Amino acid sequence: MVTNIVSFTVVILISLSAYASPNIEHWQTSNGAQVYFVAAPELAMIDVEVIFDAGSARDGQGSGTALMTNAMLNEGANGVSTDDIAAKFEDVGARFGNSSQRDMAMISLRSLTAEEQLTPALKMFSSVLTQADFPLTSFERLQKQMLIGLQAEKQSPSAIAARAFNTKLYGDHPYAAMPVGDDKSVKALNVESLKLFYQQYYVAKNAVIILVGAVTKQQAIAIANQVVAKLPTGKKAQAITKVDSIQTAEKIVIKHPSTQTHILMGQLGIKRSDADYFPLYVGNHILGGSGLVSQLSNEIREKRGLSYSVYSYFRPMRELGPYQFGLQTRNDQADEALSVLQNTLVSFIKNGVTAEELVAAKQNITGGFALRLDSNSKIAGYLAMMGFYGLPLDYLETFKDQVNSVTVEQIKEAYTRRVQADNMITVMVGGKK
Amino acid sequence: MVIKFRQIIGLALLLPSFVMANVSEYQLNNGLKLIVKEDHRAPVVVSQVWYKVGSSYEHNGITGVSHMLEHMMFKGTENLGPNEFSQIIAANGGRENAFTGQDYTAYFQTLEKDRLAISFKLEAERMRKLIIDNAELVKERDVVVEERRMRTEDKPHALLREAFNATAFVNSPYHHPVIGWMSDINNYQAIDLQQWYQKWYAPNNAAVVVVGDVDADEVYALAKQYFGPLKPEITAQLKPQIEVEQKGKRTIEIHAPAKLPYMMMGWKVPVVNTLTDEPEWEPYALEVLAGILDGGNSTRFARDLVRGSEIAAGVSAGYDLFSRLAGLFLIAGTPVKGKTVADLQQAVITQIDLLKTELVTEQELKRIKVQVVTSAVYERDSVFYQGMQIGMLETVGLDWRLSDAYVENVQAVTMQQVQAVAKKYFVDRGLTIAELIPMPFGDQKVTMPVGEEYGH
Repeated sequence: MVTNIVSFTVVILISLSAYASPNIEHWQTSNGAQVYFVAAPELAMIDVEVIFDAGSARDGQGSGTALMTNAMLNEGANGVSTDDIAAKFEDVGARFGNSSQRDMAMISLRSLTAEEQLTPALKMFSSVLTQADFPLTSFERLQKQMLIGLQAEKQSPSAIAARAFNTKLYGDHPYAAMPVGDDKSVKALNVESLKLFYQQYYVAKNAVIILVGAVTKQQAIAIANQVVAKLPTGKKAQAITKVDSIQTAEKIVIKHPSTQTHILMGQLGIKRSDADYFPLYVGNHILGGSGLVSQLSNEIREKRGLSYSVYSYFRPMRELGPYQFGLQTRNDQADEALSVLQNTLVSFIKNGVTAEELVAAKQNITGGFALRLDSNSKIAGYLAMMGFYGLPLDYLETFKDQVNSVTVEQIKEAYTRRVQADNMITVMVGGKK
Repeated sequence: MVIKFRQIIGLALLLPSFVMANVSEYQLNNGLKLIVKEDHRAPVVVSQVWYKVGSSYEHNGITGVSHMLEHMMFKGTENLGPNEFSQIIAANGGRENAFTGQDYTAYFQTLEKDRLAISFKLEAERMRKLIIDNAELVKERDVVVEERRMRTEDKPHALLREAFNATAFVNSPYHHPVIGWMSDINNYQAIDLQQWYQKWYAPNNAAVVVVGDVDADEVYALAKQYFGPLKPEITAQLKPQIEVEQKGKRTIEIHAPAKLPYMMMGWKVPVVNTLTDEPEWEPYALEVLAGILDGGNSTRFARDLVRGSEIAAGVSAGYDLFSRLAGLFLIAGTPVKGKTVADLQQAVITQIDLLKTELVTEQELKRIKVQVVTSAVYERDSVFYQGMQIGMLETVGLDWRLSDAYVENVQAVTMQQVQAVAKKYFVDRGLTIAELIPMPFGDQKVTMPVGEEYGH
């Protein structure tokens, strides 16, 4: 699989000189997987990611099923053992990865594009994806490790806060559960249910394939076909239930033997396809999304020295994701810090942003746009997001214009309508004052 | 090997620019070193200023002062107000931050390629014109105290690591934590910061590393324009602080609120920078040995301890061959439920003994070498990481060309050399062991309806 670098050189030079977005090619495999490809001929390597609508939102009663299914893929495939799968990848310097969150489950491969590396790496990758064996010994080991992971979580105030927050925020919705499950649900997992999950969701029509690397389109077509050739066509996963947006303000205090109190405050935020995405994104950038120059950082860290890290962010998901605010401070300052956090938000909603703040935010976001796409792995990350959530192919091209078109009024209107400072879930994990 | 590199550096100093591959090296008259790596894949540039100062330069009583100074570098200069540096970078679409290590303090900005001058102008300003304002220091000291709580006080593994270093190293400055001891942080005075700044922040103690879609000679011209006028400083001569020879196994326990046990084992080993009588291949053999144990999911720890015997929930091996002072070969892990820390330690020792008594297989050795070669390609996907590699080598007194030589030196390691370093360095005499003993804690949840307090 030797790459024809020369034919791509001209294209790339033109696109770079215009600071343009990468040229995204999109097609479908014969069994229905969506493919997104960007040619990146400069380095003799390729990133392959296959994403399924098979995250923990699909767990049903068996919380942890999606994560465990994903983790089992490289534990045995077509009779090849865990040890041999790992060795086959590493013998050619290929990197295999897997991960599973609420919406997405993913496996990934990074390999050199020279044939002696790429051919065996792809062969193993395809087998792991399409011919997983789900050996019982591996299942039992991973189950024990997940239980240990759940114990480790109980040592971490931020992890404790995240669990309590999500449980409260989402109530009966599938997003309420953590992808790692809980002690009870993990103990109740079994191999048969994982296999059923695999058969239902790891199918071509439920898959998005991302390819970024030093291959031609013809090669990319062949790679995509090879990776999913043995996957059944199957069906796309059904839409998950909408998030019920009724919630009541509540404060949850969890005692923990730490010197700091971790504060996590928030409410329901936005969908990836949300009509308010850009006004809220730019607004939050000013409020708490721009690191050291955000309003929250200025109030909490710069002016008062209350916390090392303070932030806010929307986490857009298929359905309404969370809008979260976080900081951590010495136990006896926790109430003060929470009060500053709340006041800053209240004032932000009431007063909106100034024209100067908006200009600065736009300059920051658009003036650094090229930084978002300066590596193959970052490009692959955007493609995965766009492909999975079905964003338009010109999303990156129009991104700057979308940001630039946001007005002071739009931010104020969207915040007033979508964010209620008096309706927040607040979790405080820490020690006594 | 040390001598050989000095010669290369010497040669570089004689020439206006020393070009190797796509990397160019320059030195300004005031001693500032500039290293530019052209990478035209994306229209961006990363600019990093590396100072040769870090926690290993500090003495007791002011530990963490390098890190505190790093924070103060954002708090105003003769011509910039507090936080104005960050505001200007933000308004130009940049990302910026800074980090402090044992051997270096570094500041960086990533920008679209035509904005490099903004970075240079601001960095030149704070290289010589910082103002330590006492009121700003008092506030920022609180921020660092919170940072220490977040990173160390409330993290059982970090607490163990800190106590472990303080035990393994007696007089080496690697004894104390990068962030500093809490009591030292609480007692920094403006004068401590001023003196530290005066002592180490000068063009002749810094290296500017630029990677991205730039022309090296244009960057050189820009560097002369902005950094050229800065005056050099007579920087202090560092004392060698060579760690006393360890003469027996050291063990400690840390009791802290935790749910899981955890342990660390570390053996004293040489690094490239400190080789004297040892053969030049030893650090590379140790590097390969780390890979044999924990260089991926197919290697011995994952295969035999996590899978196989199923003793470890997780176990890792690590070695930094490019530190400034002699370091440790570290192994750390958590046993599975039903096994003890002692079981895990025994299993690790059995693995070490195996390395001493039997040669590693050709297959394993080849696999590690293949990974080093492929990683060198993968790493080029990040301009930031490429800059990091250059800057880190440069600030510990090595040569950035070593990142190329690294691949060759690893390729040259033999299975006999791996066995030789295992026998020579994995001895109880140089071993430190630390164990985290979990202290139980109850968790308690209180839920309150929210009333009046949200009304403002």
